[in-house]
Amino acid sequence: MSETFTKSMARNIFYGGSLFFFLLFLALTFDTESALPDRDNRAAITEQVAMGKRVWEENDCVGCHTLLGEGAYFAPELGNVYNRFGSTDAIKAFIASRPKDGVPGRRSMPQFNLSEEELDAVAAFLKYTSEINTNNWPPNIQG
Amino acid sequence: MQYQSQAVAKPYFIAAIGLFVGQILFGLIMGLQYVVGDFLFPEIPFNVARMVHTNLLIVWVLFGFMGAAYYLIPEESETELYSPKLALLMFWVFLVAGALTILGYLLVPYAKLAEMTGNSLLPTMGREFLEQPTITKIGIVIVALAFLYNIGMTVLKGRKTVINLILILGLTGLAVFFLFSFYNPENLVKDKFYWWWVVHLWVEGVWELILGSILAFVLIKTTGVDREVIEKWLYVIIALALITGIVGTGHHYYWIGTPEYWQWWGSVFSAMEPLPFFMMTVFAFNMVNQRRRNHPNQAAVLWALGTSVMAFLGAGVWGFMHTLAPVNYYTHGTQITAAHGHMAFYGAYAMIVLTIISYSMPMMNGRKAANSGKSQIVEMWSFWLMTVSMVFITLFLTGAGVLQTYMQRYTDDPQPFMVVQERLELFYWMREVAGLVFLIGLVLYIISFFVGGEEPEQA
Repeated sequence: MSETFTKSMARNIFYGGSLFFFLLFLALTFDTESALPDRDNRAAITEQVAMGKRVWEENDCVGCHTLLGEGAYFAPELGNVYNRFGSTDAIKAFIASRPKDGVPGRRSMPQFNLSEEELDAVAAFLKYTSEINTNNWPPNIQG
Repeated sequence: MQYQSQAVAKPYFIAAIGLFVGQILFGLIMGLQYVVGDFLFPEIPFNVARMVHTNLLIVWVLFGFMGAAYYLIPEESETELYSPKLALLMFWVFLVAGALTILGYLLVPYAKLAEMTGNSLLPTMGREFLEQPTITKIGIVIVALAFLYNIGMTVLKGRKTVINLILILGLTGLAVFFLFSFYNPENLVKDKFYWWWVVHLWVEGVWELILGSILAFVLIKTTGVDREVIEKWLYVIIALALITGIVGTGHHYYWIGTPEYWQWWGSVFSAMEPLPFFMMTVFAFNMVNQRRRNHPNQAAVLWALGTSVMAFLGAGVWGFMHTLAPVNYYTHGTQITAAHGHMAFYGAYAMIVLTIISYSMPMMNGRKAANSGKSQIVEMWSFWLMTVSMVFITLFLTGAGVLQTYMQRYTDDPQPFMVVQERLELFYWMREVAGLVFLIGLVLYIISFFVGGEEPEQA
């Protein structure tokens, strides 16, 4: 690099630039926080939904599935599973019916032995998730 | 080795390599589960193998960063480490906490682990990469604070260089942004939004400062190029990294419930994220070309050049491939993401740790500057085997990802997820074969430490 561009100029660009863009990022974050109530379906977060999120987390569902495209890529996207399955009952029935020893040669979801209350909760959580405004993602029902 | 206390880095590096082996073994298990779905089921379901695979990666890279700091900071500060005892104590705390956590994943069902560790008191578990029990997370914070105190005090009493200041800044950022892992609101959108403050602001933010400063240190030592020149490059590279990378976080905010304007912010800024990585490549090759001496440790130079190239390809090129919002609409959460993740993490963070290990281990083992020529040849073979097989892992996953994107998302007749997965089997098998070659490379790497012989002459 040329002699006219000195180390202290580089240093100032680093500190000044990082600070400026971090502040810009914070400003965008504040704006996002104020825009979220219209988009994130927070009105639907009942105690049951909150419990469902806990069930989702404490069984590490994201270790195989994606949720709004984030997670593992081993099993189907679940952000829109409520739309794909059509009802919370169908979701519950699927989770409850997983064979304990799996399916020979194939991927299979483990049997988590969830209680009726936990099944209701996680299904409610997935229904709530499906109603978040995701800018029309995923592109189609297959997720 | 100029200061006795630098040797504290050695156990950190040995632990890092040991955990690296574990990471690869679990990667091979997962790779096989992709094609033999019931492999090890229900004993080690995929999600458990994946937790072990990704958490071991994070832990061994952190061991590597800490070892790098313990080695590099005394030398840069021209003084002994503030407290080698504290560093050793924290080594054992971190290793035991890490081992217990991994055993917890493997030995009890995850829901049981959550219950045992009191997750309901402060729920932080069950989110990707942040699966550790809350108590482990608290342990990580304590280790990080003790570590920062130790190296901070060392720098305070010694010489302040750009390299040790940037390294400390990066490590402090690492600790600060990790605190967001304790924020887990019921609102899924907010949970996801701030989850990225850990994950993105680590790997596409402050970790790049750590990467840059370690690389700059090794280049100063191995090329003899003037420190002023190298430090100026370092500033420019990390300036570009943060200027593009911070707002570049927006490329994760396209489809998770956040406002549409993030599609613009994220696309524009993250499209520039390859620039600092490209500069890093130019930087590394320029410095080696302008070298004032031929360092006898040619393996370390190879790793340094290699990490600059692979970080650019993995993080820069493969990142750019799916970062623009209209493209990401189709590729989000597919094997394209997996392809990018593999090469970026290996290229940027695994390889920089292997670079500093390669440079420093001979000295910590009592040699003047380098291992024997024979040992270096074995190490270089391991470099090429691991690096080339990682290129192929990435290419096969990219092939799988392109097909998946087309069949499941892009075509007029989208197919269900599992139907598509079965059509991708060939690519997954090829990826597994490439993974086995990677393992062979890793075994050779370990063997290289035990190859004796005379040290090459200082040229």
